[in-house]
Amino acid sequence: MRKKRTKTKVNKGSMILLIAFSVIMLFPFFWLIRSALMTDREIMTMPMQWLPSRPMFENFGEALTRAPFFRYFLNSILITGVNVVAQVFSASFIAFGFARFEFKGKNFWFAAILSTMMIPYTVLMIPQFIGWQTVGAYNTYLPLTIPAFFGNAFHIFLVVQYYRGIPKDYDEAALVDGAGYLRIYTHIMLPMIKPVLCSVGVFAFMNTWNDFLGPLIYLDKEMMKTVSLGLQIFIGQYTSSWNLMMAASCLAIIPMMIIFFFAQRYFIEGITFSGLKG
Amino acid sequence: MKKRKAGRLELERTKWGYFFIAPGIIGFLVFSLGPMLYSLFLSTMEWDIINPMKFVGIENYLNLLQDDLTWKSLRVTFWYTILSVPLIVIVDFLIAMLLNTKVKGISVFRTIFYIPSIIPLVATCAVWMFIYNPTYGLLNGVLRAFHLPVMQFLDRPSTVVPSLAMIALWCSGNTVIIYLAGLQSVSRQLYEAAQMDGAGKLKCLIHITIPMMTPIIFYNVVMAIINSLQTFTQAYIMTEGGPANSSMFLSLMIYNNAFRYRRMGYAAALSWILFVIVGILTAALFASSRKWVFYETKGD
Repeated sequence: MRKKRTKTKVNKGSMILLIAFSVIMLFPFFWLIRSALMTDREIMTMPMQWLPSRPMFENFGEALTRAPFFRYFLNSILITGVNVVAQVFSASFIAFGFARFEFKGKNFWFAAILSTMMIPYTVLMIPQFIGWQTVGAYNTYLPLTIPAFFGNAFHIFLVVQYYRGIPKDYDEAALVDGAGYLRIYTHIMLPMIKPVLCSVGVFAFMNTWNDFLGPLIYLDKEMMKTVSLGLQIFIGQYTSSWNLMMAASCLAIIPMMIIFFFAQRYFIEGITFSGLKG
Repeated sequence: MKKRKAGRLELERTKWGYFFIAPGIIGFLVFSLGPMLYSLFLSTMEWDIINPMKFVGIENYLNLLQDDLTWKSLRVTFWYTILSVPLIVIVDFLIAMLLNTKVKGISVFRTIFYIPSIIPLVATCAVWMFIYNPTYGLLNGVLRAFHLPVMQFLDRPSTVVPSLAMIALWCSGNTVIIYLAGLQSVSRQLYEAAQMDGAGKLKCLIHITIPMMTPIIFYNVVMAIINSLQTFTQAYIMTEGGPANSSMFLSLMIYNNAFRYRRMGYAAALSWILFVIVGILTAALFASSRKWVFYETKGD
């Protein structure tokens, strides 16, 4: 009896703390939406006005016309789409080699590829930029898409871990049946590793959609810019139109939110997996 | 006969193994190792992209060591790391412990803590710029409502780095999720056994939870350090390194030198400094991990 009471007390305490922290976490979102729906004048009233007197949905339309956001969206969708497909394909392909074969030099290359996770992007950015510029790929989407076809260390690691959980009997049985390794990869392994590929897909989506530094150094033409880059320029141009800036930010966030609500478990599973096995 | 067959099988396997990992090897050589070596070469050159390169030896390194801005930038980057890493590692641990209790709607709470880490960083910067705004910002509106003095947050050298560290904490939801997964995988039996021996909540935390969580704490510390040493976007968008270079992160300085002033050689030298710092810190952490990280052996 007594035990039960202390337990509910503890839970009540955690509940109160959780709610308090959650309110703090949510405040920036409240601020974002509240400001996106206000007029200029309302934002500048003193003392601060908490809510708009009438939600100004027009702000979204206004933000969309002030900068070619539709174009930015299309560009981001294109780059992100290519990256998601390429990352899922390359990670599963490369990881298959690391997880299902025993051969000389395997551990060396695995360690080499994993070690690239420690290299800051700022270090690679200068030589990569010069390389892409030399081959005439400045102001194209090549620097932002081609590397995805050669695998990302973190994604390869995730998929290798997943492959290791699948018994080798599957491969051996298929070999005995006369299937080649390519066929084992496409017909037996790919269907079995779908969950981890979904995680790779959502991570690739998130990283590409949110990427700022890459587009910043490679894209100069207005009509080629991505949402993140366009938003940054918007912030620079409309420094005092906070309501429009917040409306534009809302728009940039929406696609990530949609992906999150449809694929929440793949985000969580992917992270969980990386942390526990890392 | 049998031996030869086995040998041929091994050759076959090696061939196919390399066939599959080939894109990874190519990617490693073309997008990581090659660029690293080229960057090292470039760091001994003076080059503005347009005119021919000029070999200057270690002059870039000597110059950057004499540049006050380099030292300022190192101080800023370290100060930010020293503030944000413990904040993230400790606060997120406590939040994960709260999320590990059995209360209603726990998945909603989990989502609330996680979401800030998936939205575009540029949008995060826009929102926080406005939250920190001295005149119309949320925080100063609240301070005014309580008749407290207004704060400058991003516009004063002493407060800009702590203000940026708070944003890093807000966006660190994936650290919480990793902790949470770790907490959930600590064996129940350990707690039950400890409770039988009369151990209280605090004792359980110190003697069971924290030791069992050290591998995960270690992982989060490494990731938090690597991330904070690379901070760029926040400074580029919100402060442009100011005021008075008090948020001139090393990555921002590298970017400025390479893409604003077109001093490619100098920027490459700076980027090697950053790389060496990250390398040394990671190596030191891994070396120290033997002393404090507890790995459960699968045998028992």
